[in-house]
Amino acid sequence: MTQTHRLTDGGRIDRDRPIDFFFNGRRYSGYEGDTLASALLANGVMLVGRSFKYHRPRGITSAGTEEQNALVQLERGARTISNMLATRVPLYEGLDAASVNCWPSHNFDFMAVNSLFHRILPAGFYYKTFMWPVSAWKYYEHIIRRAAGLGRSPMEPDADTYDKMNAHADLVVVGGGPAGLTAARSAAIHGARVILVDEQTELGGQLLNERFDINGHPATDWVADIEAELMAMPNVTILKHTTAFGYYDHGFIGFLQNRSNNVAFGEDGRSRQRMWRVRAKNVLLATGSLERPLIYSDNDRPGCMLAGAVRAYVNRYGVTPGNRHVIFTNNDDAYRSALDVKAAGGDVACIVDLRTKPKGELVTQAIEAGIDVIEGSVITAVIGGKRVRAVEIMKLNEDGTGVTGTVQTITCDIVGSSGGWNPVVHLHSHSGGKNVWRDEDGVFVPGDTLQSEQVCGAAAGSFSLQAALNEGDFAGIDFASKLGLPTKKPGAVPKTSSDVAEEPWKLLWYIPTTKPAGQRGKHFIDQQNDVTVTDVQLAAREGYRSVEHAKRYTTLGMATDQGKTGNIPGHAILSAALGQTIPETGTTTFRPPYSPVTMGAIAGRYVGDFFDPVRRTPMHDCHEKAGCLWEDVGQWRRPWYYPADGESMQDTVNRECLAVRNHVGMLDATTLGKIDIQGPDAAEFLNRIYTNAWLKLAPGKCRYGLMLGEDGMIMDDGVTSCLGENHYLMTTTSGGAPRVMAWLEEWLQTEWPDLKVYLTSVTEQFATLQLAGPNARALLSEFTKDIDLDNDAFPFMSWKSGTVADIPARIYRISFTGELSYEINVPASAGLSLWTDIMIAGEKFGIEPFGTETMHVLRAEKGFIIVGQETDGTTAPGDLGMDWIVSKKKPDFIGKRSMSRPDMLRDDRKQLVGLLTSDPSEVLPEGGQIVAETQPKPPMTMIGHVTSSYYSAALEHSIALALVKGGRARMGDTVYVPIDGKTVSCEVVEPIFYDKEGNRIND
Amino acid sequence: MFLIPCPWCGEREESEFSYGHEAHIVRPEDPEKLSDAEWANYLFMRTNPKGPHLERWVHTAGCRRWFNVARNTHTNEILAVYLMGEKPPKNLAKEPVKGAKS
Repeated sequence: MTQTHRLTDGGRIDRDRPIDFFFNGRRYSGYEGDTLASALLANGVMLVGRSFKYHRPRGITSAGTEEQNALVQLERGARTISNMLATRVPLYEGLDAASVNCWPSHNFDFMAVNSLFHRILPAGFYYKTFMWPVSAWKYYEHIIRRAAGLGRSPMEPDADTYDKMNAHADLVVVGGGPAGLTAARSAAIHGARVILVDEQTELGGQLLNERFDINGHPATDWVADIEAELMAMPNVTILKHTTAFGYYDHGFIGFLQNRSNNVAFGEDGRSRQRMWRVRAKNVLLATGSLERPLIYSDNDRPGCMLAGAVRAYVNRYGVTPGNRHVIFTNNDDAYRSALDVKAAGGDVACIVDLRTKPKGELVTQAIEAGIDVIEGSVITAVIGGKRVRAVEIMKLNEDGTGVTGTVQTITCDIVGSSGGWNPVVHLHSHSGGKNVWRDEDGVFVPGDTLQSEQVCGAAAGSFSLQAALNEGDFAGIDFASKLGLPTKKPGAVPKTSSDVAEEPWKLLWYIPTTKPAGQRGKHFIDQQNDVTVTDVQLAAREGYRSVEHAKRYTTLGMATDQGKTGNIPGHAILSAALGQTIPETGTTTFRPPYSPVTMGAIAGRYVGDFFDPVRRTPMHDCHEKAGCLWEDVGQWRRPWYYPADGESMQDTVNRECLAVRNHVGMLDATTLGKIDIQGPDAAEFLNRIYTNAWLKLAPGKCRYGLMLGEDGMIMDDGVTSCLGENHYLMTTTSGGAPRVMAWLEEWLQTEWPDLKVYLTSVTEQFATLQLAGPNARALLSEFTKDIDLDNDAFPFMSWKSGTVADIPARIYRISFTGELSYEINVPASAGLSLWTDIMIAGEKFGIEPFGTETMHVLRAEKGFIIVGQETDGTTAPGDLGMDWIVSKKKPDFIGKRSMSRPDMLRDDRKQLVGLLTSDPSEVLPEGGQIVAETQPKPPMTMIGHVTSSYYSAALEHSIALALVKGGRARMGDTVYVPIDGKTVSCEVVEPIFYDKEGNRIND
Repeated sequence: MFLIPCPWCGEREESEFSYGHEAHIVRPEDPEKLSDAEWANYLFMRTNPKGPHLERWVHTAGCRRWFNVARNTHTNEILAVYLMGEKPPKNLAKEPVKGAKS
């Protein structure tokens, strides 16, 4: 392919370095310095995709980050990236891109049939049509998503690495255009530590797109000089190809840096992207401005673009976007585009100016250059489907509401339109700054700021080059003095002769045709989301008066470009429809990120093994050797069950359960939280924290405690033992330990600083081995000589210290399985050897190691709750039938007062019950909804849900615990659990299934 | 992302801290004597001013100490930090910020 639209010279491309690339499977050629978009245009490729809703053919509209249509799927396989802007992808050898959102191809799209039905696809179409009946949404959704998708996610793990950098700066300058460069320079000369960041691959900003001069030379020469000067300063960091995507509190700014010109691949040995977390004492925003289009009929036809983009392609990339260009404008600036095309040897059909009798200097230059200027006129129609072929032009009437006269048809293949320029105020808004409407040119400019921040240049609404240079230079000096740096003689501010007197813009947000809006072509406001003028007007008619609501209803400004071009015209048209001014309507809130940020960069190195720390117990290797499967409990990795070769999970759990019930089993209970509590007020503290009485617990004794939130709901539970006078050891659930520790500390530090109590987390200091089963005593007695294990000497709910296998140990006789059980605590370093020794000695007693699943089954057989499983933050002790542990005598404890709130006394609260299925082998799904009466199909009145459900090998019957409304009054009733395709009937029973008298635990 | 000057450790990133609701809400001496409405008021009701706000923070990933912070909720400026049990500084702007709804 030849580059049919490439100029023979000019532009910032290197014609000695050709680059081959692929678009939609075809090979093309471009040059080093191109973007994908400029290279496509050089090859005469304008059609790049289909629109979101109507699947209309769409072309490249811009030359930068405001692009709405030229979204591509870049590369394939693990490195594929969706929705990349062709205007922001630097060309590299072998680049492989494809259009998004068109099927089967961008040139022939079946879904374009949507366009024929546009009358049934108005604003809010999805809400109105597919949300009824609600239950059917799930069927519609995937069809809609496929029809209106944007790009694909990779199916493989990311092949690249990412990293993060923290940095501090006296001044962060965002934007390397004229204002940013002068500001960075003048602040840096004074000694400020400056970070200059720009999203483009080279500095210069808008100067790269223009034929401007500074100090008598081409402006880009000045950029090169100042860049060299800044590079030589040790206190300056320049980050190119880096986007400042968010500006947060206290001078915190996020940058996303592309570390390779090849944006899809990390270079060998380097991360692909780097996330910068920068803390800036001061921030200068020199983010420039983005052009906004005029909203004329069928303004989305490929070939319709921004006027500024036309000259950016000519000046920066040496490409004429078309063969014959029409410029359509409400301002003088767009005349530059016509002049630059002409100067490069391109063909300009005419300039259509909606103002009458424009007289600015650029107008005169255009006329002198022989360009036809059609004043007081507008484009009323665009002819052509996949490419602009011509435009129709008519006179605009005096008040701008309609058109008159005869139609003039002009052949062209590019329409460059300009409705003025919008300051890029996004980052200013992120930081909490307000934006103020400026009526004369219809722009939002930055207003008050909350942080040490200034905005200058075009971003502040100062659109002339000299103003940008002056403001930047002044701001740099200003920041330096604010930082207390010694003042130096400022050098001369750079001067330009490129500024000329320009006449005001004429604001006309909607370009009329011969018919009312919507009846002659479509006026697109937001091309990426296919939002038209009639959609916004419809939203206003339907009562969406808030701009935020109208945005969500019409999806205006919600696409990947976040309304960078369409928002202001959209809000203006909404205001007109509502009969109010634009400031009265207001604008939607800009939120980070300014442009999309990859998840890879957000994750950085915290992926794979580094995603979250894994806590392992001292016996971890033993479990691994025994071939256990793991369960993650918080950050802990706990043995789940230990299958023998080929053994199913159910068979394994049955075997482990029966071993504990009939012989002995051993569980690694190290992960249970352990908090050492000391101090003269420790007992009083426990008395306030727990629901039951603690003042009289004697040394050597253990007690179960239930901890509530102040709202009366169960927060955690566990056994606390009195180790000695003023010394206790609290155990917590494995996942709840950090939360409980923080909770206790909060009360001690904030509410009860007078209590002399000290807390220490000792979870990891001890290895905890739990022996459970009728043979536990006989087995343990082989390991200890100095601890009397006799039932009378060492009863249930007491503890003793001594040695186990000559290791200093504390043994707690507590039980979560309902069996005779000892929890042996030894120093963590001794856990592994003791576990190994007990497993060997236990063989003759029939020992089996058991995991969390078996533990859950055994405790459920006994009706012991698990906080977080039987409770969900709305469960009070009474709901679980645990009033026995709530003291009636204590005047106060955390949560006590809440227990007498009216809602807590309702008799239809969800209460813990047991469920026995009529078919003993049927195991209910946990979370299954319970109904009292079945209906042929949903909806049915749900009265509760299954919280725990297992098959009990000891009982040879499935068992379940459930929370059921008024459950205790339903004992003996039959309830039903509808599961996909069938209904399981169950009997409501007491929530205890095994050894109801508790003989085994006390034996 | 705030910078919070911990009274014990100095200025650190917000991600090291946890927020612990409005400060100076004292637990009632005898909750049983309160009406349901009074108890609910203690339990659930908090002020939500636009402007200076006294609140509790804990340096979770640092010294684990609780302390008080006076923060302007509009600008997120940290106006003061002070220890538990201390009274808030007197010179904080008491008036809500312009445009705030009381």
